Amino acid sequence: MTATPEYVAVENTPLGKKAAGPVGWLDDRLGLAGLAKKNLRKVFPDHWSFMLGEIALWSFVVLLVTGVFLTFWYQPSMSEIEYAGPYTPLNGLEMSQAFQSTLKISFEIRGGLLIRQIHHWSAALFVAAMIVHMLRVFFTGAYRKPREVNWLIGLGLLTLGIIEGFAGYSLPDDLLSGTGLRFVDGLMRSIPIVGSYLEFFIFGGEFPGNEIIPRLYMAHILLIPALLLGLIGAHMLLLVFHKHTQWPGPGRTEDNVVGYPMLPVYAAKAGGFFFIVFGFTALMGAFLEINPVWVYGPYNPSEVTAGSQPDWYMGFVEGAVRVMPNWETTFFNYTWSWNVFIPGVMLLGLMFGALGAWPFVERWITGDQAEHHLLERPRNAPVRTAFGVAGMTMYGVFWIGGGNDIIATKFSLDIYTITWFVRIGIFVLPVLAFMITKRICIGLQRADANSILHGYETGVLERSVDGSYSERHAPLPVNDQFTLTTHDRLPVLEAPVEYDENGVPAPGSRAARARAWAQRFYYDGTVDKPTVEDVDHALEHLSDHDGHPVALGEDFQGVSETGIPRVH
Amino acid sequence: MSDEIEPRDESREIQRREPIGDPGLPEHQYRPQDVDESQARRTERQISAMFLAAALLFVGFCVIYVTVDADTTFLGWSAQNVGFGFTLGTALLLIGVGIIQWAKKLMGDHEIIEMRHPARSSDEDRAEVLGDINAGLEESGIGRRPMIRNSLLTALGALGLPAVFLLRDLGPLPKDQRVTVWKKGMRVVNDVSGMPLKPSDLQVGQLVNGEPAVFFEEDSEGNRVYEGTELLQAKSKAAVIVVRMRPEAIRAAKGRENWGIDGILCYSKICTHVGCPISLWEQQTHHLLCPCHQSTFDLADNGKVIFGPAYRPLPQLPLALDSEGYLIAVSDFPEIVAPSYPELARDQKKLAEKS
Repeated sequence: MTATPEYVAVENTPLGKKAAGPVGWLDDRLGLAGLAKKNLRKVFPDHWSFMLGEIALWSFVVLLVTGVFLTFWYQPSMSEIEYAGPYTPLNGLEMSQAFQSTLKISFEIRGGLLIRQIHHWSAALFVAAMIVHMLRVFFTGAYRKPREVNWLIGLGLLTLGIIEGFAGYSLPDDLLSGTGLRFVDGLMRSIPIVGSYLEFFIFGGEFPGNEIIPRLYMAHILLIPALLLGLIGAHMLLLVFHKHTQWPGPGRTEDNVVGYPMLPVYAAKAGGFFFIVFGFTALMGAFLEINPVWVYGPYNPSEVTAGSQPDWYMGFVEGAVRVMPNWETTFFNYTWSWNVFIPGVMLLGLMFGALGAWPFVERWITGDQAEHHLLERPRNAPVRTAFGVAGMTMYGVFWIGGGNDIIATKFSLDIYTITWFVRIGIFVLPVLAFMITKRICIGLQRADANSILHGYETGVLERSVDGSYSERHAPLPVNDQFTLTTHDRLPVLEAPVEYDENGVPAPGSRAARARAWAQRFYYDGTVDKPTVEDVDHALEHLSDHDGHPVALGEDFQGVSETGIPRVH
Repeated sequence: MSDEIEPRDESREIQRREPIGDPGLPEHQYRPQDVDESQARRTERQISAMFLAAALLFVGFCVIYVTVDADTTFLGWSAQNVGFGFTLGTALLLIGVGIIQWAKKLMGDHEIIEMRHPARSSDEDRAEVLGDINAGLEESGIGRRPMIRNSLLTALGALGLPAVFLLRDLGPLPKDQRVTVWKKGMRVVNDVSGMPLKPSDLQVGQLVNGEPAVFFEEDSEGNRVYEGTELLQAKSKAAVIVVRMRPEAIRAAKGRENWGIDGILCYSKICTHVGCPISLWEQQTHHLLCPCHQSTFDLADNGKVIFGPAYRPLPQLPLALDSEGYLIAVSDFPEIVAPSYPELARDQKKLAEKS
């Protein structure tokens, strides 16, 4: 517990004496000491936002554990049987064995319902945590060189996670999940030219066929989890190799990483966090009902429940499909269902394409070749932040579209009006969000510069000899000043060379012009941090002011930089 | 921040490009547990209490497992589910919180500084790797012997053929997408009871979910004609709704004037958008709304789309009465039911030629 313990040579400690044998035995055979030496005390920086990815990781582990339990009883079969079981309202109904075994897990296996609900809640949490983690990475610029590849791996994890979730909630073969599959069938049919073939091959015949549940089961418990595990492994290895990014602060630079060692502090915190995520989802499984399939009943292609909603992460696709105008055309003697293909297939492709391309687009615009290990505050990259918020706005508007029926009934609104709001809002609101966000960022940057150059307001009012009043300012503590000025200085923008000295258009001038335009757009309005001269000048001014002898009152001596009254 | 500028020294110059110099790591703050052993012991007791409570809760889980039966409820919830979830969840949370408290309050909390290195390897390593690759390529002769290379690529490309062919039996080729089980003279029956429908069974404004009578019929050996998967497949195209409106409200298109009986019309129940069954019926406006994506069809106007993402109107089934006065189909649907597919335009032409 002392600050600087006197280290005893490890051979002479009790652990050293005991562990020498086993460690030696293992290292003789595996030679892992070299690797372990580097990594056991690896440093991880601390910040609450670094925990978001951990939530995703641990909820995936919870999914593996609870999923194995569910496979003991679940039967992936679409053979129809008559139900006879403890849930009497369904007695005598025809249903698939998949649905019947789901009922069995829910009503006859002790703890089965709990594990099923934990599984479903952690799936919702898994995707949510991945998305929030990704937003954190985006808004802090953590994807910049050298971490672009890890960004792409993360994007792959998100894609697979969503597909895995869809496959999972289709497995109970209840009325709701069957309706989801019906939608996927329509989606496949909308794929130009090969649509019908995809439907017949994937469903093993015309919808619903009797193959889709066993095939989704295979994908859900083998194929996709294996890919997820592999990608998670790669994600973590790259994290260890690059070392975690950190927030700027005194002593924290681009060349170091400051934090706690993996063994013991970080391992304990991360390991403890697994229990917290598991415990949290277990409590959700105990008290919050999710996907009560017995209420929906078995799948029947001629029935549907009003207010059918997919799991939350499919909501934005659902919204896009709902608000799309009814375009369908015929050419080359083929039917092209744009009304389903554009929102269902192309939109997803565009979204993931844009997310994957962004780090490279940004690098092309900024021309930044440096490695970045210090995180950037969202305000210091106004256009990136504005793009991110615009994207979130678009996602949110689609989401409103996906819930238009629920919104209409809960708030007594006209459903067609909501749909038209989404149809227009999807183009207008992201642009508004972009402009507003960029303004806010620039305003915050100015406030930062202000607090460095003019200090903070102490709350002490002074009256000058000529009778004017002013509030006394005091310089921020140097640690805060440093933290506020650690980010990169803006580059000097240069006009592209359009003509060489002979007046001939320079080669590649079109690309150069495009890039110059993009650069102007990207940096437009961004406030640079104060220069050395600015700061020196301000310091002079502030100290000048500070030195002015003013008798302060007995009770009030002004406030500190965090707004807390100074001791009196 | 008040570093003196020493003009001639270049390294200082560079440092002063930053307005504020790095003040270095702040001084270490000691925790109460670092300086007061009694505080540390108190924290130790708190954490141990959490772990022991967790162990007790796990035992409680097992007690619930053997004592509470499935029918017992607790505040309207399943007592089993709440009991299992509460004991398991709380115990896991206690373990987690305990471990994290241990890490935060008792484990060494000195921050460590590790230096970073660029992700890239050294120039020498790169050159060596490129050299090795080059040597490997040279020694393999892949550049000098194009025949080997190209034939190998051909063979590997041909490996794709069996891979693709093996997938052929995933399902049959698309067929019969344009037809349903409806036939001339087949009765329209109630989808739950299987009873045939008479015009007098329907009030004006009423909607009945219907199905073809064949779904309730048995063959000569007493087996149902449609069962299991086949039944679901047939149902997903043949389900219908029968509605009755005032005859004067109906604006039948040319050639459809005699498709209804005294204002009774029959439409496919399957949405032409992505195939949800539609049955949200507005008596006054004769609109039918799909609950999935809100495509809205006007049943008084030949099933025309009046809102939403569906493109094709709802296919109509021409009705007649049989000798006993029950509703029957005049033919199969003249238009293709269920969601669009690429060959739809072609199939629709074939249907039109047939009729």
